[in-house]
Amino acid sequence: MSAVIDSHHDDHHHGPAKGLSRWLYTTNHKDIGSMYLWFSLVMLFIGGAMAMVIRAELFEPGSQIVSPEFYNQMVTNHGLIMVFGVIMPAFVGFANWMIPMQIGAPDMALPRLNNLSFWILPVAFGILLSTFFMEGGAPNFGWTFYAPLSTEYAPPTVTFFIFSVHIMGASSIMGSINIITTILNMRAPGMTLMKMPLFVWSWFITAYLLIAVMPVLAGAVTMMLMDIHAGTSFFKAGGGGDPVLFQHIFWFFGHPEVYIMILPAFGIVSHIIETFSRKPIFGYSSMVYAIASIALLSFVVWAHHMFTVGMPIAGELFFMYSTMLIAIPTGVKVFNWLSTMFKGSLTFETPMLFAIAFVALFTIGGLSGIMLAIAPADFQYHDTYFVVAHFHYVLVPGALFSLLAAAYYWIPKWTGKMYDETLGKVHFWMSFISVNLTFFPMHFVGLAGMPRRIPDYAMQFADWNMMVSVGAFLFGISQLLFLFIVLKCIYNGKAATTEVWEGAKDKGFEWTVDSPAPYHTFSSPPSMESLKSSS
Amino acid sequence: MEARKSTLKLILFTFGMFGFGFALVPLYDVFCDITGLNGKVTGPTFTTYDKEISSREVKITFVTSNNKQMPWSFKSSSPQMKVETGQDYLMDFTFTNTTDKPMIGQAVPSVSPGRGARYFHKTECFCFEQQFLAAGESITIPVKFIIDPELPDDISSLALGYTLFDVTEEFANLQAKN
Repeated sequence: MSAVIDSHHDDHHHGPAKGLSRWLYTTNHKDIGSMYLWFSLVMLFIGGAMAMVIRAELFEPGSQIVSPEFYNQMVTNHGLIMVFGVIMPAFVGFANWMIPMQIGAPDMALPRLNNLSFWILPVAFGILLSTFFMEGGAPNFGWTFYAPLSTEYAPPTVTFFIFSVHIMGASSIMGSINIITTILNMRAPGMTLMKMPLFVWSWFITAYLLIAVMPVLAGAVTMMLMDIHAGTSFFKAGGGGDPVLFQHIFWFFGHPEVYIMILPAFGIVSHIIETFSRKPIFGYSSMVYAIASIALLSFVVWAHHMFTVGMPIAGELFFMYSTMLIAIPTGVKVFNWLSTMFKGSLTFETPMLFAIAFVALFTIGGLSGIMLAIAPADFQYHDTYFVVAHFHYVLVPGALFSLLAAAYYWIPKWTGKMYDETLGKVHFWMSFISVNLTFFPMHFVGLAGMPRRIPDYAMQFADWNMMVSVGAFLFGISQLLFLFIVLKCIYNGKAATTEVWEGAKDKGFEWTVDSPAPYHTFSSPPSMESLKSSS
Repeated sequence: MEARKSTLKLILFTFGMFGFGFALVPLYDVFCDITGLNGKVTGPTFTTYDKEISSREVKITFVTSNNKQMPWSFKSSSPQMKVETGQDYLMDFTFTNTTDKPMIGQAVPSVSPGRGARYFHKTECFCFEQQFLAAGESITIPVKFIIDPELPDDISSLALGYTLFDVTEEFANLQAKN
């Protein structure tokens, strides 16, 4: 409409630049969002390849393919890449694409900062991955890099690791400042905080968590750097320091970090479930309060990762009860998702399938989390495959499924084309079956005492491990199918409508713009009236 | 501008949290001191107790171990002793530098159960300073300690553990200056 009026200058200002410089210099939130998403997809395949090496080694007991030293490097870098290189940047990618469109803003508040926070990420991971080609090999101390394993006993490449973590942290912090500033200042007129879409709410809180804990992580790695190179003794017992202090600082960052990786997923799943149930979300305000209370509680539960370090009984009890408290707001969310579906007119397109699988499987991960929160029982589970099963259930069919669901849900709006629904469903069922085949038996071997992070295992675990490895290979192949579906959608998809999903027009501003979304949207803010019919 | 204000506030908050990360280091020590958590023992204490206070017998176990990179031999003269609370005792520890170069060692104490740490008073201990030993040199130093009569009744034995660290590199500079 407005294109007709000012078409004479449209060609000069409104299109993207051509060639490589478009991507290098872009300050457009959609371009930057796409780069984040492609980056995390590439990292998913790199981190996934490492997981395949791990599962190939564990296919049979005994030393098979790689040396124990290389196995340790695989375990460490698989964790680091999946956490910092896949899940976090992918959520930031969705935030970049969707937050301005969902709140009716023309772009992010700080577009140049946005460009910088993306472009330092490939630098950080370039540094991390380059350590594989250095003397001493890549970091091998686990993604939790406990001192003194990561200081006195670390390979010399640990310094590269430290700088890479600094850069990743800077990227996340800049991204978060941008997101909060955007949400606080650029909402469409009439969109009060309690009228914001839930994805925006979940990111608003996540961004606060990020700027609260990423600096603490930066502090922790700075202390490591000083212990290694400047002769300080933060974590050296010989010099009056304390290795247990490292674990406290790390998990003060680490526990909010795990919620950073799941809260945006809550927002995404809420949108998808309400769209495909053709009902407004059940209990909107309780959803907001639940996210906020999970975020607040995340700061007082960190020592449940360290029950076995020798805490006094009062500490064990405090962290046990505070951890279990988190089950309440999480339960509220699951209840609300189920209630949203209750008596809705449901259809099961691929995003909805992934979202429903998210609710079911994330809950399994949550329940094993409660088992782990029981301090006396944790002494048995600690550092076994039960823990591996737990956090993979919340991160793979949890965070990763929500990302896949979100990609299917919004890709028609981004590309203007529909993905292949049949292939999408094949991708879902392959992923769903293989993810359970991979991670469910880990509960059994874990309870039977199989330790994590060890390249070999006792004979009695052989059958389950072979099943797990088969599941893992299948899951890996399924994600290659996802890549194919995305490419097919971009180059060969059927045109999508403006609304894309039936009834979606009332669900948010992003469904009121053309498909594909124009390079610039909402140069003048939309009115809340256009969404009124939903209530 | 509104956006500028919120950005500045957030940047300030970020730096504040970076500082907080470092503040956790002293906070952690203070917290452990106050609560006696973590089996951490404090510096020398000079207390005597009224002999009238009813005392009881406590078994003390001495554990010595070396950090991985420390080649010295490090032993207590006896693995255990029975003591009365409120009275002074001595236990000898022998350090031997088994290498052919001068080295500096530092013993770091820990008491278990951790709850008992605050009742284990050391009036003299080699752990308050470093040991400088020439190649092959051997030295015997006592630890002087009192067990607080306030020790909770359910604790009938305490273990005093020392881990010996090689701090030659860290203290070489200091040594050269003196």
